[in-house]
Amino acid sequence: MNSATSRFNAGDRVRVKFEDRPGHIRTPWYIRGKTGWIEKAYGDFLNPESLAYGRDGLPKKTLYLVAFNQRDIFSEAEGSQDKVLVDIYDHWLEPVA
Amino acid sequence: MADTWTDAHGHEHPKHELSHYAKRIYAIRALLIEKGVLTDKDIQCQIDYQEARSPANGAKLVARAWTDPAFKERFISDPKAACAEMGIDATAINEFVVLENTEKVRHMVVCTLCSCYPRPILGRPPDWYKSFNYRQRAVADPRGVMREFGLELPDDVEVRVHDSTADIRYIVLPLRPGGTESWSADELEKLVNRDSMIGVMDALSAIPA
Repeated sequence: MNSATSRFNAGDRVRVKFEDRPGHIRTPWYIRGKTGWIEKAYGDFLNPESLAYGRDGLPKKTLYLVAFNQRDIFSEAEGSQDKVLVDIYDHWLEPVA
Repeated sequence: MADTWTDAHGHEHPKHELSHYAKRIYAIRALLIEKGVLTDKDIQCQIDYQEARSPANGAKLVARAWTDPAFKERFISDPKAACAEMGIDATAINEFVVLENTEKVRHMVVCTLCSCYPRPILGRPPDWYKSFNYRQRAVADPRGVMREFGLELPDDVEVRVHDSTADIRYIVLPLRPGGTESWSADELEKLVNRDSMIGVMDALSAIPA
């Protein structure tokens, strides 16, 4: 189910855009603006931000599994190696040099 | 004995004040039936379908994966096909991913946005799974949540919390409990509880009878 055209590859560092706008947004607040890395691309899916309003969900968006060090998000986190993994659509991600 | 009242269909109901949302649901249901969109029977069939799906489906898959290495491989590489093979209908799931626990890695699943859950495999989510408390703490303090379910993990075990925010539904494949080498899949199923497939705890231990 990997997408041949995906913008990012496993291991690429990415930042979640810090955006606030109304709508059916599937990017949780606690990771907006945070940096993590791509674990894998799940393939292309209909865009829920369009589907939720009765539209066709096109164009499809690549969905990535993005990993974050838990301590980068929650500084009080107990486990030194623990991760939080979130499914994020392509248009919410930007590359990190 | 509580007072009852009888509705237009001759059904008896306890006499108490319904909440705003319950009243709204009953009103919508009555309208859908009145306008011929749905019948009473359609609604009952859907309720029966929802109730028929239970964590027993997940337990069957896990116990088989523990006892049949070739099946386990198929379950991880193509979970929906493995479900079909076991007579479990997972077609309602868009993408289905199995997270395999090991001695050094434990997975835990949450949906911080709402209540996304692999319903065809595990049935309806428990109320706590949908609570703000779990949704907040699962990502901020997963080890604290696990501790409340009786699981204390050393620091060299990696906890991986999956926030299922999109089209993917996750199920955890828990570790097979020690001391069960001679157990059959049927016996093992009893150790696979719902919470171990959400990942907040390990499967139950084998307690000698």
